[in-house]
Amino acid sequence: MKDILLHINKTFDHRIRLGIMSALVVNESVDFKSLKELLGVTDGNLASHLKALEKEAFILVQKQFIGRKPNTKYSATLKGKDAFKKHIDALEQIIKSSQL
Amino acid sequence: MNTENYLKDISEIKSIMNKSTKFLSLSGLSGILVGIYALIGAYVAYEMISEYSAEIGKTRFNYVSILRIKLILVAFCVLAVSIATGFVLTYRKAKTNNESIWNGLTRKLLVDFCVPLFTGGLVCLILMSKGYYGVIAPATLIFYGLSLYSASKYTVGSIKYLGLAEIILGLISFNYIGYGITFWAIGFGIFHIIYGIIFYYKHDRN
Repeated sequence: MKDILLHINKTFDHRIRLGIMSALVVNESVDFKSLKELLGVTDGNLASHLKALEKEAFILVQKQFIGRKPNTKYSATLKGKDAFKKHIDALEQIIKSSQL
Repeated sequence: MNTENYLKDISEIKSIMNKSTKFLSLSGLSGILVGIYALIGAYVAYEMISEYSAEIGKTRFNYVSILRIKLILVAFCVLAVSIATGFVLTYRKAKTNNESIWNGLTRKLLVDFCVPLFTGGLVCLILMSKGYYGVIAPATLIFYGLSLYSASKYTVGSIKYLGLAEIILGLISFNYIGYGITFWAIGFGIFHIIYGIIFYYKHDRN
């Protein structure tokens, strides 16, 4: 059990961060507005969680302009995808072992 | 955290992965309506053609170009009403689902749908300008099927199979040039209605 818990990533120990990663691993990239709509969170809340994931180098931020409007796109890095996969595997392990 | 929380996490992850990659607000009803429009259009076109055939021999003028324009007009009316219906019903469903109708996902869906569709549209215009009217119906069915197939990865349900069915029907109809309206009625009319009913029972009813 202790081994499994080791893989539970503290960075993902929050529903919104889990949500962000879920959306990013199945999409090439997602912009801020879409993430906001998808998760139903406020700008500030989303921004702070994105910052935390960026700090771990789990996500990549690309700022660009569409016409004159700034547009920020996020994508998951290899490191992020890997960590997320391990996290999910650990979750599944825990659930399985508790059902035995 | 206990196991129940982890389970919740997993189901949340699943739902977000789904929502962020698939547009869910299509409606079966629009399929049924579009199918009915197509059948009405096919009937009107059929009447026009038989009226024209009855006139042949009575007058000395060749009205075939007028008939062609009339038929194209009917096709465009059916297309316009179908698009409008699809849009309105999708918009309404997206609103009740709280799903946004214009985002990165629907943009991708539309691009993947439109690339084969516009290619097909241009091919058909070129064919018409060269006078190859007989192959228009098979070509439209095939390109429409390809459009559906290519957009299907961004949505749920059996759109993929509807696309494949249209492609196969288009290929078959290539062997029966001259029965274009019949194949159109099957592909755009009957197939849409069947698809709409299946979709309605699978996804809409709740």
